[in-house]
Amino acid sequence: MREISVSKVADTVRDLCVEANYDLPPDVVAALEVAREREESPLGKEILGELLENAAIARDDRVPLCQDTGVTHVFVELGQDVHLVGGSLQDAINDGVRRGYDEGYLRKSVVDDPIFRRANTGDNTPAIIYVDLVPGEGLKLWVVPKGTGSENMSGMKMLTPAHGARGVREFVVEVVDRSGSNPCPPVVVGVGVGGMMDRAALLAKKALLRPIGRSHPRPEVAALEAEILEAVNNLGIGPQGLGGRTTALAVHVETAPTHIGALPVAVNLQCHAARHAERAL
Amino acid sequence: MDEKTIRLTPPLREDEVRKLRAGDRVLLSGVIYTGRDAAHKRLVEAHTQGQALPLDLSGQVIYYVGPCPAKPGQAIGSAGPTTSGRMDTYAPTIMQLGLKAMVGKGLRSPAVVEAMKQHGAVYLVATGGAGALLARRITAAEVVAYPDLGPEAIYRLEVTDFPTIVAIDAHGGDLYAAGKERFAR
Repeated sequence: MREISVSKVADTVRDLCVEANYDLPPDVVAALEVAREREESPLGKEILGELLENAAIARDDRVPLCQDTGVTHVFVELGQDVHLVGGSLQDAINDGVRRGYDEGYLRKSVVDDPIFRRANTGDNTPAIIYVDLVPGEGLKLWVVPKGTGSENMSGMKMLTPAHGARGVREFVVEVVDRSGSNPCPPVVVGVGVGGMMDRAALLAKKALLRPIGRSHPRPEVAALEAEILEAVNNLGIGPQGLGGRTTALAVHVETAPTHIGALPVAVNLQCHAARHAERAL
Repeated sequence: MDEKTIRLTPPLREDEVRKLRAGDRVLLSGVIYTGRDAAHKRLVEAHTQGQALPLDLSGQVIYYVGPCPAKPGQAIGSAGPTTSGRMDTYAPTIMQLGLKAMVGKGLRSPAVVEAMKQHGAVYLVATGGAGALLARRITAAEVVAYPDLGPEAIYRLEVTDFPTIVAIDAHGGDLYAAGKERFAR
């Protein structure tokens, strides 16, 4: 058994909040560079250049890439032989978010009550936290600041088995098409298929964590990803929705077992500022 | 392509706004104001209840943005546009009160486009997600209304050559629709 102090978790979450918001991951930068090279629209090319310049300014000046520093999602992979000491894991994560958003000059974008009060909590807490128990003595943290421009364009549909792969493809393309310029394209399209409604939605979000350029390990799923990517880019939406050949940088599909009568599909869109930072303790 | 680059300084006159065409580049300088969902809701509620507004909207420009806090030495933190569609419910009333330009990103409703044609207003877009880059064109920022809203307060911004593109003009010309059509296969 290994003891880990929750204060170490809090410090790490603090650092990852800042890092995720200032440093666009290298795989995203590389994908934007390739897109700029290939884009046929002159305006689209120019916009992709601005996004790369913006990423360089954020990295060099240590400022947020985007003012929407999001709701902070924290994914935890916790080894079952780890004993956390010094307090609650949830409190430690929220403490890290609070300090990261304060000390990193990040925008506080969380309201306490969604329907009535809508008062800003003032420190970007509570974070959305998912904990997966895994074998071993490891503890890994992912911090994902997710903005609402792309999140609001997400979609979910309970298809039936008869819809099959074609139904999945058509629904994903429909979600991207109706979102137009709103989610700040070029986007990364996270797709979760299977489970029940909740599992599909979570898979769609987790799909966004996969590095751009890495296909699904199963060939038939990888082929579906490629097919959807082509269809999405043929929509013509382009960078910022002003027309072009780069509507999405990648399509990531994740699957899970489901009911004999079900085919749930969730689509979670991620703007071009595909921010995440991770660390193993 | 006959898109032009035009420099504008608010307050804007209706005739200069009506000359703009979808695809034109507009560089804004001078004073513009910020406003998002919560501020729009309050402005429209104040107007509906016959109360005085905290600012005169005649000829003005509203930038849909909720900036990050400024670091020491910065005028403002990162400040790119937010999704404009969330302001669609309120935008026609705000245009009726004299607003001449909206700066944001993303699609607008048919009702907003109709109000733009009626009042002679324009919809400009800035590059979404380029908040660090765009903040460099903002030289001063000061909260002028609703400070309790935090990042959603109304700020008075001073800008220099703030880069935008006309996405929808006062005649209904729409760069989003035209651009998509041109590159769809």
